[in-house]
Amino acid sequence: MGVITDNWDLWVDATVGTLQIFFFGLIIALVLGFIVGAMRVSPIPIARWVGTAYVNLVRNTPLTLMFFVFAFAVPVVFEIRDLRLLGILAIGLYTATYVAETLRSGINTVPVGQAEAARAVGMSFTQVMGHIVLPQAARSVIPPMMSVIIAFLKNTTVAAGFSIMNLGSIRAYLSERGENAMVVLLWVALVFVVMVFALSGVQRYLEKKWRVAR
Amino acid sequence: MIPVIEVEHVNKHYGEFHALKDISLTVSKGEVVVVIGPSGSGKSTLCRTINRLETITDGEIRIDGNVLPKEGKGLAKLRADVGMVFQSFNLFAHKTILENVMIGPIQVKKIPKAEAAEDARRLLDRVGVGHQADKYPAQLSGGQQQRVAIARALAMKPKALLFDEPTSALDPEMINEVLDVMIELAKEGMTMVVVTHEMGFARKAADRVVFMADGEIVEESTPDEFFTNPQTSRAQDFLSKLITN
Ligand SMILES: Nc1ncnc2c1ncn2[C@@H]1O[C@H](COP(=O)(O)OP(=O)(O)O)[C@@H](O)[C@H]1O
Ligand SMILES: [Mg+2]
Repeated sequence: MGVITDNWDLWVDATVGTLQIFFFGLIIALVLGFIVGAMRVSPIPIARWVGTAYVNLVRNTPLTLMFFVFAFAVPVVFEIRDLRLLGILAIGLYTATYVAETLRSGINTVPVGQAEAARAVGMSFTQVMGHIVLPQAARSVIPPMMSVIIAFLKNTTVAAGFSIMNLGSIRAYLSERGENAMVVLLWVALVFVVMVFALSGVQRYLEKKWRVAR
Repeated sequence: MIPVIEVEHVNKHYGEFHALKDISLTVSKGEVVVVIGPSGSGKSTLCRTINRLETITDGEIRIDGNVLPKEGKGLAKLRADVGMVFQSFNLFAHKTILENVMIGPIQVKKIPKAEAAEDARRLLDRVGVGHQADKYPAQLSGGQQQRVAIARALAMKPKALLFDEPTSALDPEMINEVLDVMIELAKEGMTMVVVTHEMGFARKAADRVVFMADGEIVEESTPDEFFTNPQTSRAQDFLSKLITN
């Protein structure tokens, strides 16, 4: 326990860092992911094309490379110097592609007849999506979407390589203070297990909610 | 004779495949046109192009004198003027029967919810499923679902209705309950295009029969004339198979 109590300041900083990257990155990933996912199934060819290009380009880039781009190229082009913000942008834009693809595969489980009937009634694309397709896709989307979110939570540790304080970087700091690296990593793992458990709880809640809604 | 649906020299391709070949068809107000023809002849494609679920290669389609725009708000609005009833019903699976009928008027026409509900209940009574209003589609028989689908289309107060083989997916004992509703509509003066092989319906309700084969309109005449004295060999061939089946 000494590892924790003696270094409370660092643990708090690191956990807050991870949660910040996770929370703000998730907002970017979900919002952008929904937009890109919708673009990929939209009736407008240009939107489909842009969505596909974005997913294929970013998803096939290793996450570390995304961080390199945001740590070194983006600050030159745009006036952003805040490393944490850059890290959040990098991982948010990266995760958005997975959100988009998960959403799209969920949309594909809804029979096309549902969207056609809605269009035939005169609904616009956003109405068709919002009232007919997404509510029916939600059920099948929740489990794979949670996997994406959990993978994303763990990916936040990559930010450690770019001197953004989080649970992935705490080992290096604590080693300097003479703590046993193995013990530190076990504690880090435990914190992640707790966070993933919390996410699983959210997943169970959402699945139940959508089951009742049907 | 006020034209409601005007299809002029329409061609439709799926890649290399020529699905509709220079189709021209005018349906006047109150007219009931039955479209008949072998499987793959383009009947569904024609229906789907009329309310622009499918794009066309060239030609022009007008609804009540308005040219169908390519995409966007204007299209959605014109589409609402033409109701469509599908072979597989396509009721919204996550909504109740009542909600299925209300959602169009509420979302597209911005009609107040209470008014839309009242309208929807009246329509459901009219097609004989009023007592099922709070159930979900999967709890209804095929015949009931298809009648709900008709009510859903009627809720938009369309200028015309398209039916794409509305009874083909039904068990035989349910076919008539759906056809009866359609015959009622025809009598009340609804403008209808009906893809069906139900000769009884064609004879009772249709003003005109259009026979399609290989993406073309091959023959066009009154039901009596078409069924008793078809002019083309393709129609004769098709009818002899239809009767023996
Ligand atoms: N989405 C599509 N892509 C390619 N070919 C299609 C598509 N839809 C229909 N077709 C082809 O167009 C032809 C006409 O189809 P359809 O209109 O469904 O015929 P029908 O309703 O008369 O049976 C068929 O040969 C069919 O294979
Ligand atoms: Mg068909």
